[in-house]
Amino acid sequence: MDSYLTPYLPVLILLVIAGVMCTAISLLAGKLGPRRITSVKEGAFECGNPSTGDGHARHSVRFYLVALLFIVFDVESVFVYPWGAMLHDFQAQHLGWFAFGEMMSFMATLALGLVYVWRKGALNWSADVNS
Amino acid sequence: MIFAASLAAAVVIVVLSATALALWYERKLAARMQTRIGPQFVGPIGLFQPVADLLKLVQKEEIVPMGADRVLFALAPPLTVIFALAAAAFVPLWPGVAVVRSDVGVLLVIGFGGLAMVPVWMAGWASFNKYALLGAMRAVAQSISYGVPLVLAAMVPVILAGTMDLDGITQFQATHHWFGLWPIIPGLPAFILFLLAMLAESNRIPFDIPEAESELVAGVTTEYTGMQFGFVYLAEYVHTVVGAAIGSVMFLGGWDGPFAPGLHWLLLKTLCLFTFIYWIRWTLVRLRADQLMTLCWKWLVPAGLGLVFLSAAWNQTGWSR
Repeated sequence: MDSYLTPYLPVLILLVIAGVMCTAISLLAGKLGPRRITSVKEGAFECGNPSTGDGHARHSVRFYLVALLFIVFDVESVFVYPWGAMLHDFQAQHLGWFAFGEMMSFMATLALGLVYVWRKGALNWSADVNS
Repeated sequence: MIFAASLAAAVVIVVLSATALALWYERKLAARMQTRIGPQFVGPIGLFQPVADLLKLVQKEEIVPMGADRVLFALAPPLTVIFALAAAAFVPLWPGVAVVRSDVGVLLVIGFGGLAMVPVWMAGWASFNKYALLGAMRAVAQSISYGVPLVLAAMVPVILAGTMDLDGITQFQATHHWFGLWPIIPGLPAFILFLLAMLAESNRIPFDIPEAESELVAGVTTEYTGMQFGFVYLAEYVHTVVGAAIGSVMFLGGWDGPFAPGLHWLLLKTLCLFTFIYWIRWTLVRLRADQLMTLCWKWLVPAGLGLVFLSAAWNQTGWSR
């Protein structure tokens, strides 16, 4: 195994332990539980009403918009992290104000992007609410 | 490596038993707030109630609805628990010791928190139920939206301490001040922002839209029965417990405290945060879906950007060292 990833092996071990535990409980539940299947039981549950239409109904395009906004803002925020961790080192090299200015201009661009999508109405969840 | 592996096993067991205790604690707390008594028959003061719940859930029939994707349907609930547990691997338990001490601990913790949304979406899609799908949609939309303020709020301790290592952040707080207390201006608002975003990520009131029973039947868990439902339910508590632990590590000094060894302080702070989260749960009402999104994008994201600016400016003054 790559030595760079070796320190992370315990995470894998933790995941495996948790996985084995959950699988064991699942199997146990499968063994212990009764099995009396009827068509009513198997149907989609909608508060007792007979289900109509497709289970994979169409949904609002707004969810897609949220995903787009997430990509823009979250990925760019993650980009700021290394700078945040290095800021003390920059200061030690007397580059503090330079690093500060550079990243603040980046953050200002990000904020400008937020203003843009805000003005475009992309942040309004429902079309009739103009808050 | 053997130490780390046994620590991993211990962390799984400790987090799961802490979660079982948390289930009991939360029910007792809720009962007291509503002038009820809460669970009291199983074991002393109802302490074994979660065990009884587990035994009951294991014996229930498991129903797979017609049209469901059987593999994803069966896989999703255990995965919610597994991913929620994973973030616990990076929490520093006492000085210098975590299951994994990583230089990018903060990012990994946030990453695993985000990963926990994948099985929720799997569950919603596989159920082949309109309400489950809508619940999953809302859960994912909410989780990724609040991921942005979460990332921004978590950046404040990173900038102040100058490291992404969770133990390094705690060490910095131990030798300087806890970020929840000092510097009060980016520190405390960032802590509040982090708490709000974390509540939203683990779908707790006032952010539990994905399971709004009056609109969505039971959201993602609509078609789940027995232990499969139990897993999703458990995962939410695991997520809250681990989230409270991470919040106390990043803003409240983690293992730092006088008189007692580190782990005690970490557990005490986690318990306090957990209590606060459930205090909110049993006090406030649920926000509407559009209010939720407005709060996130129009208030919390700009606030987060401002806080990152303030913490960088604070750092420039050089008063923190």
